[in-house]
Amino acid sequence: MEVKPPVPQIPPPVWTEFKDLQEFEKYKQHRADDDKTSNALTSIADAIHHMPGGWIVTTGTDKIFNWARKSSIWPVTFGLACCAIEMMATFASRFDVERFGMVPWASPRHSDLMIVSGTVTIKMAPMLKRIYDQMPDPKWVVSMGSCANSGGPFRHGYHVVKGVDRVVPVDVYVPGCPPTPDSLMYGLLKLQEQVAHFQRTGERLPAAADTK
Amino acid sequence: MTPLTAADAATRLREQFAVEPVVDGGQVTITVTSEHWQAAARFAHATLGCRYFCFLTAVDWKEQGMEVLCRVENLDAHVAVLLRTRLAPGVDRCPTLTGVWRGADWMERECWDMFGVRFEGHPDHRRILLGEDWEGHPLRKDYAVDTPHAPYR
Repeated sequence: MEVKPPVPQIPPPVWTEFKDLQEFEKYKQHRADDDKTSNALTSIADAIHHMPGGWIVTTGTDKIFNWARKSSIWPVTFGLACCAIEMMATFASRFDVERFGMVPWASPRHSDLMIVSGTVTIKMAPMLKRIYDQMPDPKWVVSMGSCANSGGPFRHGYHVVKGVDRVVPVDVYVPGCPPTPDSLMYGLLKLQEQVAHFQRTGERLPAAADTK
Repeated sequence: MTPLTAADAATRLREQFAVEPVVDGGQVTITVTSEHWQAAARFAHATLGCRYFCFLTAVDWKEQGMEVLCRVENLDAHVAVLLRTRLAPGVDRCPTLTGVWRGADWMERECWDMFGVRFEGHPDHRRILLGEDWEGHPLRKDYAVDTPHAPYR
């Protein structure tokens, strides 16, 4: 008996046809509304700033607050696959991101950042979304590695989410399979720039890719 | 009592089931009909002493139907028996082996999960790896992998 091997019939991805992606674009536009705490603080700061002589207070304190927020990003310890090993190496003493004020924290309720390190399966995606929902606003997501960026080598598998940005909005994409700790640190520094920009202006920058 | 060899096992299987076994090293392969599936398993377990259940899986031969196969082993004599059975095209029912080897339980659940083969008489016939709301059986040849469907694809 002879059975011919199957001819793969995989059409090239047409991004605009994915319904999830359209919904994600819609969600990204309305995302600033979710940062309610920051909006309230910004309006209070605006009010003080426009009072006579108030700018002396706000410009001085803003700088300190921005520096403090930028330099105390706590990522939630959340490892999904082999990228988590590189993430652990980044947190450990040799690369030591603690000098940027990043402490891996074991509770999403006290964390500012989620590093999605690894393959997100369809079975895991609801848990990932739940952890993201438990984090307080404003919150940040770094997509680490090819699998989290786009599905990577498992893109045409039946069980993998084709990019974590279909589940949660992503701020920094770090490519690599897996990315080295240096790449991840570069991505985290990019994220610090984004956080500083957000604290200054109340607006999020478009997602950055680590393309050095 | 001389230890069992693969040639002995092949002779006994030939006498018992009137099929032609294929001997390859220490492994004997026989293909039986699905009516004789449980009988062949019981024979391998009781008479040939194959107490060790290696694996059970299936092959999708498209329009020629499914094939279920399982490998069991006699660890003392180093003789393995590979049982194969063909299901008719369009048929997804196969007798269970859980009465012979308890270890067949999860393998048959995985086979149902991935290939959609129903094992009749299985005590706990549910999906084992994929979510309960999963539609389809992904290792079948006609499963459309790239179909975007809710909610994350």
